[in-house]
Amino acid sequence: MREVTIVEAVRETLAYEMARDERVMVLGEDVGKTGGVFRATDGLYETFGRDRVFDAPLAESAIIGSAIGLAVSGMIPIAEIQFMGFTHNAMNQIAEHLARMRYRSWGSMPLPVTIRTPYGGGVRAPEMHSDAFEAFFTHCPGLKVVAPATPADTKGLLLSAIRDPDPVMVLEPLRGYRLIKGEMPDGEYTVPIGKAHVAREGADCTIIAWSAQVEVAKRAAEEADKQGVSVEVVDLRTLVPMDMETVCESVAKTGRVVVLQEANKTSGFAAEVIASIHEDDDCFYALKAPMVRVCGPDTPYPVQYFEEEYLVTPDKALRAVLKTVNA
Amino acid sequence: MKTMPNQIDFGGVLVDAPPPVQLLDTAGNLRADQPPMTDEQAMEGLRALLLGRRFDELCILLQRRGQMVTLAPGIGQEACTVGSAMALRRDRDWFIPQYREAAGQLYHGLPLVQAFLWHMGSPIGFAIPEGVKMMPFNAGVAGHVPHAVGIAWGLKQQKKDGVTIAHFGDGATSQGDFYEAANLAGVVKAPVILFCQNNEWAISTPRSLQSAAPTLAQKAAAFGIPGIQIDGNDLFAVYEVTRRAVERARAGEGPTLIEALTYRLGIHTTADDASRYEPSHLKEDWKDRDPILRLQRHLERRGTWNANIGEAMEAEVKAQLDAAWADAQASPIPNIGESFTKVFAEMTPRLREQQAQAEGHDA
Repeated sequence: MREVTIVEAVRETLAYEMARDERVMVLGEDVGKTGGVFRATDGLYETFGRDRVFDAPLAESAIIGSAIGLAVSGMIPIAEIQFMGFTHNAMNQIAEHLARMRYRSWGSMPLPVTIRTPYGGGVRAPEMHSDAFEAFFTHCPGLKVVAPATPADTKGLLLSAIRDPDPVMVLEPLRGYRLIKGEMPDGEYTVPIGKAHVAREGADCTIIAWSAQVEVAKRAAEEADKQGVSVEVVDLRTLVPMDMETVCESVAKTGRVVVLQEANKTSGFAAEVIASIHEDDDCFYALKAPMVRVCGPDTPYPVQYFEEEYLVTPDKALRAVLKTVNA
Repeated sequence: MKTMPNQIDFGGVLVDAPPPVQLLDTAGNLRADQPPMTDEQAMEGLRALLLGRRFDELCILLQRRGQMVTLAPGIGQEACTVGSAMALRRDRDWFIPQYREAAGQLYHGLPLVQAFLWHMGSPIGFAIPEGVKMMPFNAGVAGHVPHAVGIAWGLKQQKKDGVTIAHFGDGATSQGDFYEAANLAGVVKAPVILFCQNNEWAISTPRSLQSAAPTLAQKAAAFGIPGIQIDGNDLFAVYEVTRRAVERARAGEGPTLIEALTYRLGIHTTADDASRYEPSHLKEDWKDRDPILRLQRHLERRGTWNANIGEAMEAEVKAQLDAAWADAQASPIPNIGESFTKVFAEMTPRLREQQAQAEGHDA
């Protein structure tokens, strides 16, 4: 166990798996000599060489499209999309080909491809560099989506993603890259895809969150404590497939639900969480109050000037908790 | 083989003909001193062209009878897919189709029964049998080109012997995926052949509206790779130029773009009505340039083919098609529940629940 940042966890996990399995390779923009714009691949080029740490032309569709072919040929590619906003350029390859190939080929052509991308805003980056639209990807049948919140989960889920026989999208909390520190186990360590985690126990209300919102939820929970409200935080960790068992256990216990979502509200993943709870009889009848989601507003991600107001904050989350508790 | 008239530089390799490269003219005259393949191979090629043609014709008929789904036949373009497939080695070279390449896919090892099942809308038609170096047909346009480049690149990285060919049309050369993939192929020197069948039409959009570039082959210059225009209705030219591109790829010299001039003698798909946009004389003009007629004319001159042999070949192809069609109809019909097992290696809890619902086991 050592304390590391998220970005260190990513880097060490990539190096670990590349050393273990020579089929594993990294491709993306600026992943080579410069080690990635966030340094998530720092040092890999020197250790594993140009062929396995490939500085790709600036063409996201070709990065994902060629990763599909690389996987068919027997490689295990990890594609980095430099910022989540740029995944739009590769959407056809992700949604129409990567996610569907196992199904299209009736099981004959599985694609062990991992896509890593920084997720979310809050670092005063330019437009298209702060997006958090996980719902585009959770809506693609055939694609798994994970969104770790801690260095340990980043390692464990990234390692599971690389080894998964199917494509996995790993959303890495951009503003947590250096901000979030935590203990990370050394050596072999995986976290199963599809398992949520109770990040904080509580009795009165459940906050469901993922990625950077887990930290927001925990801070809101601390504030709520001071006001005599005990909040449980469920870190989903994996969005697809979602761990309804852990969610329902918590909902059955607290009877109140707040979902945090950095992305804008309409058609976001929080709606999926709430609908899934609603559809589950045990969950639904355990509810004591209407469920609440705290999301970004339905504007595009704003310029830096409005960024703080756009984001979900512990204060906004706290208000939602108090609203459901007092409902 | 002996040289052809004139020589052009084909990325360091000299191709002995002015573009578009043609080795057999419409009348079946050989425009080189020697054919690029033996008469036996040419007869095998002819049979593959015929199988592809009759397969497509039969499928259109069956579609009109309601026994098949919307499909895109390759009538008139068979020499492109068969000739290029003949330049590959089935056990290690990859054939990546778009959706109009049944003739070449059958030659490269797709079982005929599966081709029928594919057009029947059965998922089994899309399953790639073990050992067949092919991806399932792709109903989009150009999305498979980066896959072909990725496979070629991966083979090279793993020092595996093998090249990849991607087939696509003139419309695909307007797609970003074509540019991105061809560009990447040039950078990594992927052993890939980008084979564009310019059949003059992208549904109703004519070649003239697709690009102001005088040829599509010249787009290769932007990627730093050789591009060459060939007569796509000439099995010999397709075979020979693809063979040379394969040689280049295997020698580590990277990708080649081939633009094969051909014509859609059939239809875009069974859902299309070309009479709304296609001047009727064009098809008539191209009928005499039919790749099958041309090869027959040539082989007739060489004494290898005659009307009797042709009839026997037709009968043989028909018997093969009838047998496979019967097999396809007798194939087990997959259950929708099975489809839930094809999304991931392991079903998610939700898929399991939905499978149970679909199979009527659960409310």
